[in-house]
Amino acid sequence: MSRNAHTAAVEPPADEILRFSGVSMRYGRGPEVLSDVSLSLPRGSFHFVTGPSGAGKSSLLKLIYLAARPSSGSIRLFGEGVGILPGRDLPRLRRRIGVVFQDLLLLDHLSAFDNTALPLRIAGHKPAEYRNDVAELLAWVGLKARMHALPPTLAGGEKQRLAIARAVVGRPEILLADEPTGNVDHEMALRIYRLFVELNRLGTTVIIATHDQDLVARSARPVLHLDKGRLRPLPPQGPVEQAPVE
Amino acid sequence: MSEPFDPARWRPASFLPDKDARDPALLFVVAVLCFLACLTALAAIAGARAADGWASEISGEATVIVRARGGETPDAAAARAAEVLAGVPGVAEARALEKEEAYALIRPWLGDVTADLDDLPVPRLVAVSLDRATPATGEALDAALKAQDLDAAVDDHSVWLEDIKSAAGVVRWTATVVFLLIAGAAAAVIAFATRAGLAARRDVVEVLHLTGAEDSQIAGLFEIRFAKIAAVAGAVGALGAAVAGALLRVAGGGQGLTPALPIAWTDLLSVLPCPLLAALVAALAARITARRLIHRL
Repeated sequence: MSRNAHTAAVEPPADEILRFSGVSMRYGRGPEVLSDVSLSLPRGSFHFVTGPSGAGKSSLLKLIYLAARPSSGSIRLFGEGVGILPGRDLPRLRRRIGVVFQDLLLLDHLSAFDNTALPLRIAGHKPAEYRNDVAELLAWVGLKARMHALPPTLAGGEKQRLAIARAVVGRPEILLADEPTGNVDHEMALRIYRLFVELNRLGTTVIIATHDQDLVARSARPVLHLDKGRLRPLPPQGPVEQAPVE
Repeated sequence: MSEPFDPARWRPASFLPDKDARDPALLFVVAVLCFLACLTALAAIAGARAADGWASEISGEATVIVRARGGETPDAAAARAAEVLAGVPGVAEARALEKEEAYALIRPWLGDVTADLDDLPVPRLVAVSLDRATPATGEALDAALKAQDLDAAVDDHSVWLEDIKSAAGVVRWTATVVFLLIAGAAAAVIAFATRAGLAARRDVVEVLHLTGAEDSQIAGLFEIRFAKIAAVAGAVGALGAAVAGALLRVAGGGQGLTPALPIAWTDLLSVLPCPLLAALVAALAARITARRLIHRL
């Protein structure tokens, strides 16, 4: 059975959380970075997005976290057509999505604790409601001793874990991660992956863009493979010789 | 070694960095503008008081020029006019000026020729003090004199009064326009600083935006930041203007810089709203600028 998640159902299933219908995207007047992409993801699914550099992985994620709009086609997120939503409704949807950005986007003047608490503050929660959760999460990603540290003083892997902590702290309905294990060692990569799996078990839909073929192969999760902006059938996979990571 | 982090003692930090290298320059510029605005307000208040003083002085008086007619002597005509005028309702007192007083008024133009003035038909003057509460009008005085067949011209100083009123109006409008220009300049400076602040903090704006912050939440950060700076600058400018006003008051020997621009101690209180007004102008300018720029993101 193909692990390619490319589907094009006419009627959206009741548990569908994301649907792309013929979505294309270009930056300005440049060439199309995504061409005629159609997909449908059920709530609670776990997908990898793979493909060579420049294939459109980051652009696909940008469309999902509403940082860009398609040049054609339509996107339904949480059952709402984002193309017809007024701008003032977008923050409400963004708060339901956690993102690990490729360039992390940590705020250098805020401590690791403040960076992690940021989505909860924006959502209007009181510090008393979340300070212990934030501390526990930071401890879990191995930053217990670095809670007061500013991002510029953190090592690359620590910054990555901090960005992940910020993305998941609000228990988002969708978690998007753009190369989340790019700067961490193998052991930490597995640990991060298990965090994503745990969140997925709790109901979060997870979409991870990655170059880490080893992780993709060992996870046995469905894959959205992009090539030159188009969703393609998966290239042939080599035999999985290692033990599954879960 | 630093103390371990205690989440229970954690307080949320400001989303925007506390300090910005541009803040002192911005504070200085806004403080100077506030200083000028407060000085303008003080000058306008002092000008209005001076105009009121002059107006009340001359509006309480009238001058009547009396010319002798027929065989009546000028002094007799003046005395009769004074008597008539004293009986007009709204007149507190009417006094005919002595011949010497009339001569003294024209001596600057004719020189010391008193001996020859008796040969000239020098008109006599009647100084009329009007009732402050219900002053008689120039027309009433004129009618009373004509009824007694007196050849007289009434000057109720209305021409001067109009000039003073119009001069006071010019001062008031000029002060208002200058005040609005300064407020506009302050708003433009804040808008410029907001634009620069947004550009410099694009990373913060982008993260907040993508994490689900409303435009108003992000604009609010800049609004509060610049309102605080403007409030401090307003307080500094207001204090400077109050000190300057106090120095002018002291240097003027109790009347302000000159008798024409009398500053009262209570006038110095007029600078008190400056910090609040500066903060409001800054908040408004920052809000409009930030929301417009964020909307384009």
